[in-house]
Amino acid sequence: MKPIYMDYSATTPIKPEVLQVMEEALREVYGNPSSVYELGQTSKRRVEEAREQLASLLGAKSREVFFTSSGTEADNWAVHIAKKTKPGKHMITCTIEHHAILHTMEAAEKEGYEVTYLPVDKYGFIDLEELESAIREDTILISIMYVNNEIGTIMPVEEIGAIAKKHGVLFHTDGVQALGNVPLDMSKSNIDMMSMSAHKIYGPKGVGALYIRQGTRVVPLLQGGAQERRMRAGTENVPGIMAFGEAARLSKLHLKEHVERLTKLRERLKKGLMQIPESFFNGHPEKRHPGNVNICFKYIEGESMLLLLDAIGVSASSGSACTSGSLDPSHVLMGIGLPHEIAHGSLRLTLGDFTTEEDVDYVIEHLPEIINRLREMSPLTPRE
Amino acid sequence: MYSKKVMDHFMNPRNVGEIENADGVGEVGNIRCGDIMRISIRVHDDVIDDIKFKTFGCGSAVASSSIATEMIKGKTIEEALKLTNKDVLDELGGLPTIKVHCSVLAEQALKAAVLDYANKHGKHYKELEGFSPDEDHPHDEHELEA
Repeated sequence: MKPIYMDYSATTPIKPEVLQVMEEALREVYGNPSSVYELGQTSKRRVEEAREQLASLLGAKSREVFFTSSGTEADNWAVHIAKKTKPGKHMITCTIEHHAILHTMEAAEKEGYEVTYLPVDKYGFIDLEELESAIREDTILISIMYVNNEIGTIMPVEEIGAIAKKHGVLFHTDGVQALGNVPLDMSKSNIDMMSMSAHKIYGPKGVGALYIRQGTRVVPLLQGGAQERRMRAGTENVPGIMAFGEAARLSKLHLKEHVERLTKLRERLKKGLMQIPESFFNGHPEKRHPGNVNICFKYIEGESMLLLLDAIGVSASSGSACTSGSLDPSHVLMGIGLPHEIAHGSLRLTLGDFTTEEDVDYVIEHLPEIINRLREMSPLTPRE
Repeated sequence: MYSKKVMDHFMNPRNVGEIENADGVGEVGNIRCGDIMRISIRVHDDVIDDIKFKTFGCGSAVASSSIATEMIKGKTIEEALKLTNKDVLDELGGLPTIKVHCSVLAEQALKAAVLDYANKHGKHYKELEGFSPDEDHPHDEHELEA
């Protein structure tokens, strides 16, 4: 049984070229970038090269890229920057953000900040007029994710950024799912800050970055040494950062082809799976992550589906309560207005660079058996 | 995540289905939490000689109902009512903490089925006093104390 990985939005396998860079880094580039001797300065140069590689993928300046330990840290940092550099107590986000933003906002509320959680429509879009009318005199930040991690919807971030700009409010976007899947050009963008993560673009776990537009006031989240121009203390994760740089280089090189290939595979998978009766496609049909397919199957529960898929070698994810680690199905599926009984039966298949047409066809061939088996066992399935 | 025994009962569930003209049927759980169990029983001379289940839920919900039906089949009603969620857990070799409520659901589904049988047949079991199948089954809130 050939393993079929279809959870690229959770994390990606590392690419051989990236691994090679990381191996070399671990073996040879071990100097501390803060040290004066050549070994240290070599590490420093390699970190700066990686920064240029990531900046190049972003269409940004190197000085606008700050490395972090994760996308989550970048999200926390962006909110922290707004809180510490802008006068005011109000922030705006939406109901279907990643928990790295939602829980950071909830923590800010406990400190006395007010947060507006904009609702979304059935596709996961916020209403731009509603956004504009939510802006107050004391609004310091708008944080709306670029690409939703569950349903794949691509938000109109440039329009959102234009509204933020018009009102002089900082605009942050969680771009973890966008990086490497959407063409980016920060030199022409309205985004002030964007969070990113290496392990979603075939790099290693444990390294992320925050893009911060030049001219934005920055304060550190972590206090300590003078790394990252005094803005992010802690000895640089040199192997991780170098690997992130290589992953960004490869991503830039193949972006167009990557998007076109994945979009074709996605449409093939969607078409095949939507043949299953009582299935509901989630998210926007076109404005979506090129590799994201999210479908709810009525009468069955997501985790059971994942276990049966795993048994035939397919790795996937779901937004059911049992997999969301809470009592309710995922807040994203609730946010787009799905009733509980449908949201529990969600399946997210996310494709990537190592996914083949055969993999897609295998899932199309075998998923119906799994759905039937669970439906036969379910007390909710209407009797013939 | 799950023990071999849980996976065995999930992959090869025993006693799946519904008994035609069952003597008692019980359904517990709710759609919000994503688990619903329906157990139907056939009773002969106070012995549960057939039992079947249908479950909408995660792996541990399916495994809990499967193993519970296996443990109950052939038992007298008195014996069956002694079944607790802990017995289900022990027989499964344990469940992850956040899934313990699935074993509670299995115990309650069985009790609900027996209650239905008792009501239909004018029987009374003291073990069922105060039992209400409509009550929300307890869900464990997750908290950590270091």
